[in-house]
Amino acid sequence: MNGWQRALKNRVTVVGGVVVAILFAVAVFAPWLAPFDPSDIDASTILVGPSAEHWLGTDSLGRDVLSRMIFGARVSLLVGFVSVGIACAIGVPLGAVAGYFGGVVDTVVMRFVDLMLCFPSFFLILAVIAVLEQSIWNIMIVIGATSWMGVCRLVRAEFLSLREREFMVAARGLGQSPAKIIFRHGLPNAMAPVFVAFILGVASAILTESGLSFLGIGVPPPDPSWGNILTEGKATIEVAWWMSVYPGMAILVTVLGYNLLGEGLRDTLDPRLRQER
Amino acid sequence: MLRYLLTRIAGLVPLLIGVTFVSFLVINLAPGSPVELMTDLNPKAGPEVQQRLEKEYGLDKPLPVQYWIWVSKLARGDFGRSFQQDRRPVLDKIKEALPVTLALNVMSLAIVLCVAIPIGVYSATHQYSLGDRATTVFVFVGFAMPSFWFALLCILFFSVHLGWLPISGLRSFDHNALSDVGRVLDIAKHLILPVCISGFTSLAAMSRYMRSSMLEVIRQDYINTARAKGLDERTVTFRHALRNALLPIITLLGLSIPGLIGGSVIMESIFAIPGMGRLFFQSILARDYPLIMGVLVMSSMLTLIGNLAADLMYAVADPRLRKR
Amino acid sequence: MALLVVRNLRTVFDTSEGPAVAVDSVNFTIDRGETLGIVGESGCGKSVTALSIMRLVQTPPGRIAGGTIEFEGRDVLELSEPDMRALRGNDIAMIFQEPMTSLNPVLTVGYQIAEAVQLHRGVGNNEAWDAAVEMLRLVEIPEPGERAGNFPHQLSGGMRQRVMIAIALSCDPKLLIADEPTTALDVTIEAQILDLLGSLRDRLGMAIMLITHDLGVVAQQAERVAVMYAGRIVEEGKVADVFGDPIHPYTKGLLGSLPRIGGPRRLATIPGIVPRLTELPSGCNFRTRCTELIDDCSGIEPELEDYGSGREAACIVARRTRTRGGA
Ligand SMILES: Nc1ncnc2c1ncn2[C@@H]1O[C@H](COP(=O)(O)OP(=O)(O)O)[C@@H](O)[C@H]1O
Ligand SMILES: [Mg+2]
Repeated sequence: MNGWQRALKNRVTVVGGVVVAILFAVAVFAPWLAPFDPSDIDASTILVGPSAEHWLGTDSLGRDVLSRMIFGARVSLLVGFVSVGIACAIGVPLGAVAGYFGGVVDTVVMRFVDLMLCFPSFFLILAVIAVLEQSIWNIMIVIGATSWMGVCRLVRAEFLSLREREFMVAARGLGQSPAKIIFRHGLPNAMAPVFVAFILGVASAILTESGLSFLGIGVPPPDPSWGNILTEGKATIEVAWWMSVYPGMAILVTVLGYNLLGEGLRDTLDPRLRQER
Repeated sequence: MLRYLLTRIAGLVPLLIGVTFVSFLVINLAPGSPVELMTDLNPKAGPEVQQRLEKEYGLDKPLPVQYWIWVSKLARGDFGRSFQQDRRPVLDKIKEALPVTLALNVMSLAIVLCVAIPIGVYSATHQYSLGDRATTVFVFVGFAMPSFWFALLCILFFSVHLGWLPISGLRSFDHNALSDVGRVLDIAKHLILPVCISGFTSLAAMSRYMRSSMLEVIRQDYINTARAKGLDERTVTFRHALRNALLPIITLLGLSIPGLIGGSVIMESIFAIPGMGRLFFQSILARDYPLIMGVLVMSSMLTLIGNLAADLMYAVADPRLRKR
Repeated sequence: MALLVVRNLRTVFDTSEGPAVAVDSVNFTIDRGETLGIVGESGCGKSVTALSIMRLVQTPPGRIAGGTIEFEGRDVLELSEPDMRALRGNDIAMIFQEPMTSLNPVLTVGYQIAEAVQLHRGVGNNEAWDAAVEMLRLVEIPEPGERAGNFPHQLSGGMRQRVMIAIALSCDPKLLIADEPTTALDVTIEAQILDLLGSLRDRLGMAIMLITHDLGVVAQQAERVAVMYAGRIVEEGKVADVFGDPIHPYTKGLLGSLPRIGGPRRLATIPGIVPRLTELPSGCNFRTRCTELIDDCSGIEPELEDYGSGREAACIVARRTRTRGGA
């Protein structure tokens, strides 16, 4: 049985994968799926509850909540992938270099990781956001720059064990450059756990973004994000429950989907962890 | 033991220096001078005020010098003054907010432990049972649940719909008019939601961790030895397995501190609780740099202290480390 | 009357690749005060047999699927869980292969012994502690009073195994199951532990089920021996008889792989490896590695048959070449 077949036999993976696939489709086809323009202000439909026309109700500017949520899927997808991509772009090479060279390089990198882990990451993110301009790109950079430590440790551990394997030793013996050995021979062998960490990272990046947007310092308001719809939901919680309930549900299902996919893949890809958990 | 403690504390020094360095660096990422921003926010401040401030904070000097000035003040316990209207010392503000956050988190951690340990033990000793499966589902949902949304739902249900609990704050408007017992009850009522909700995510993590820790211990040889003596399952579970399974939980407690402090921003904002999280959030909104830096340094020191405490507790609890 | 009578014991593990019969139709008896050796390569079901007798097979995935285990005339498999617990540690005690992991790291060794005493003797804390110290003295641990307060990590492997023996013997069991008690130890320590077990057996008069893959240990310690292969007993009898004139090709192979002074320079080894339990061959389990194979071996599952004077073996080839009772 190859990896794909095994992955497809795992129910957890399949459920997670289906959720993620649906979210992708929603994000891509948002303009066709959304019944209304998400930024269409309509004074005649302010804070209307769920109805046949507005399935999930409207907000205080009369905008259709469902349409805003559908476009919000784009934000969460973008933030999730880009920020974890940034985290990997920092963490993977650092971890690879630390694990491959060991010694002083390793010590320096790992002390830096320890240092970054001293900060409550949410505080660090807020502090950086405080000094930068509020934009979705800055959010992604900041989330990425404060969440690379896990994947760095992971890759380092992989490289520590890969370093002594025959093909690595052989490549060194042939006089290949470290960069070539790391990228050609090392990284492809460390890809499975990185992939799992990537998927799980997307889940937590989405949670972080929604938290920031909820606080009003994430994705800036006219653009819809599940987090900033909830901010408004909080303000109108006593009169418009639908704005507090549905966007959160979207976040929950999305994060759950990525977590299930990640955990399921871990079970199939990583034989060391396959037993209990 | 004392030696161990001293080496550990010595090991913290470079980290602390690093923490101050990163905090300083983060703030200086800002494009403009912090003073500009401050005077922008305060129209009454003229150019001479600006100059005075620049002098006070040494902003006219090169960055390394600024860092040195700031750190040497820090070392003397001088965190500087807030940029905000009240101009109060940063340390005073932190001193007010810290106990609130600590109390809140200690309470919710206590609840988490009281619930998560039994859940984890049950799931592990009844692996694959209906209860275990239900726990697994609960754990996955708990991990995926945005805490602020959960808070909104709880407010919606308990405060708006049922009207049982207050929406936010720590005290009612008529708090001072209440009797002593009434005041305690009043605060308790205000605390129920924030305490329970901020523990929710940790609860999922902790029960999961407890379960796998317990599963790991249960298949150790010494558990079979205990059974072979004729001990009943209760004794085997609680006297022989639980003690060992709790050891890694101590480490996890230490590791969960930064998450809890970070999470306090959202919790305290939602429930309008005057703790570190809200203080930090307000300082962010006001671009109050001394306060931001102060809280950053303080929170990472808390993390370091928490990890140290966890390591010490581990060393005390595990006989294999005790004698070192 | 025999102390322990195991009949048709069958223990199965439900694995993802189907049921694995780890113990299959196993029969043997142990008399009072007797030492029965059980030998076989690793993975052939020795430990599972022992755990089945203690009813400590992990369920799931394991389960005892059939047979009876009579201890002093009572079927252990029929006992209620409380009755079974009263038996464990009291009438039947067990020591395990790994002294490094068999003791609880967070409890003192004295506590771990006293606990058993307290449970089965119903004595108070102080009395149980004194008994624990006494047991440590019995297993020849120096300064037992101080050692009792030690944690396992403060003791060497040999010491820990002595502690395990002390726990096992603390309630004067009638049967001691020793599952490879010396496999993890150095040769010199191994000899000490075996001597200790031997002298304690003579002193306390218990029966021992001595599991090992070391034929030398069996030759030295046991009166009778049962040879296991892939979950089945393939040969059984008095040690002198079995080792002097093995019937089953597997026993011959095991003996051939034993270095002997004055023997052949090259040791014979058994070709191949133990098959996976889920992929056992038809007919005789051993036929994939057997040197005396005939056509019928793939069709007939050999049963244990009597060869006289307590000898039994399960091999159709031997059956045909030897006359009954002619050992
Ligand atoms: N918990 C278990 N799950 C699945 N199979 C098991 C388990 N324990 C033992 N087995 C199987 O039972 C067989 C016998 O094991 P064991 O009795 O430990 O062998 P040994 O003779 O070395 O003591 C092995 O093939 C092993 O695969
Ligand atoms: Mg064994």
